[in-house]
Amino acid sequence: MFDAIINNLSYLLKGFLTNLELAICALAGGIFLGILVGLGRISKNRWVYHSVTLYVNFIRNIPLILVIFWFYFIMPILVGKPLNPFLSAAISFVVFEATYFGEIFRAGFQSISRDLVSAAYSTALTYTQTARYILVPIAIRRMLPSMITQSIITFQDTSLAYVIGLQELVRRTTIVDSMEVRSIQLYSFVAALFFVICFVGSRISRYYEMKSREANIL
Amino acid sequence: MGLAYKFDWSVLWREPYGEWMLQGIWLTLQMGFLAWIIALFLGIFVGTMRAAPWKLLRLVSTIYVEIFRNVPFLVQLFFWFYAGPMIFGKTLQFKINAISGLNYYVAVVGLGLYTASRVAEHVRAGFASIGQGQYQAALSTGMSQWQMYWHIMIPHALRLILPPLTTEFLTIFKNSSVAMTIGVAETTFMSYKIDSDTFHGLEATTGAMFVYLVLGMAVVKTMSYIETKFRIHGLVGR
Repeated sequence: MFDAIINNLSYLLKGFLTNLELAICALAGGIFLGILVGLGRISKNRWVYHSVTLYVNFIRNIPLILVIFWFYFIMPILVGKPLNPFLSAAISFVVFEATYFGEIFRAGFQSISRDLVSAAYSTALTYTQTARYILVPIAIRRMLPSMITQSIITFQDTSLAYVIGLQELVRRTTIVDSMEVRSIQLYSFVAALFFVICFVGSRISRYYEMKSREANIL
Repeated sequence: MGLAYKFDWSVLWREPYGEWMLQGIWLTLQMGFLAWIIALFLGIFVGTMRAAPWKLLRLVSTIYVEIFRNVPFLVQLFFWFYAGPMIFGKTLQFKINAISGLNYYVAVVGLGLYTASRVAEHVRAGFASIGQGQYQAALSTGMSQWQMYWHIMIPHALRLILPPLTTEFLTIFKNSSVAMTIGVAETTFMSYKIDSDTFHGLEATTGAMFVYLVLGMAVVKTMSYIETKFRIHGLVGR
């Protein structure tokens, strides 16, 4: 019944590992660039604010597949030689996801009220103490649920690297399926793998959301 | 070497590529609107079930939402397209696979089913924010359970969740690009096809980006008009 999966298990799981690796690269880069984007979106400098806003609004209107293709086409021109699909995909993901994380960070930064800062100062906390004990913990707790949700979406999105021929899970499944013709079990298996990770992730996100709500800081 | 590349923007309008792009745009629009109809009706239905007072309905709708939200859309599409016909058994399978334009129908329905799960979540949130008062008031005026949902809860919830629905409507056009993977010749597919014909994929995909950008701006403008028209007076907000 699961013959096609069992016979090709290690081949398929290696593909899944590629999805995980790509997701980790995308998250590391996307969150780092996202912090900069978030800061740019609350910047008082007109030029910084407008250019970052343009970048965010532009990317958020475009399908990820197209961004993946675009970088796949432009990188050889810039670098002079074809890039491997993993690197090309990773760059597109960082550029794409940074705009989504940036908006999460912007909302997190903006949600901290001036009163809170004044209150902290009036209890004689220094600037670093205020940041360390008041601002950062609250901002992180507020942003954590949406950050986890966005990470899950990023992980799901890594399957789209299929389009530039990256040997990830879906690509490998189509290859196995073309030989074995066991579409039902193969694609159910792929769906189940993604489902388990994303479902657990969404539960964790909900747990933190409940916790913050109980602590009355959302 | 690096910048030895010669740009040729005419691949966006030259014969026959201009026509390809227009055909692609037309398919993107078609898929978006048709899938949106499915997503909206099914989403409202499933979302209402999520808030229903019967446990079984809540369970079924929760399973629906969790499955469709936690599996990548690409995988869903491949499942419907490659595995879908096999579910019906050998004889029917060949008949189904012989349908011309099967990939297009699969894409529309698949996109609709996927987006419905997201719409359902917004509808549920809308119900949650209405609160018990409206619900009890409706029942106390002698309305039946059905009338309460149809005349009070659903219209109220829909007006509350118009902004997130706008985002979903935008997303449906963006997500329709995934249909290229099963060979639906929409905008992204066409820009890729132009690349394999001319090796000017950069210009073609850049053009396609602006197509989506204009489409997105048009949706935002239309929806902000609808939002102001249907907003609930007396609520905080724009």
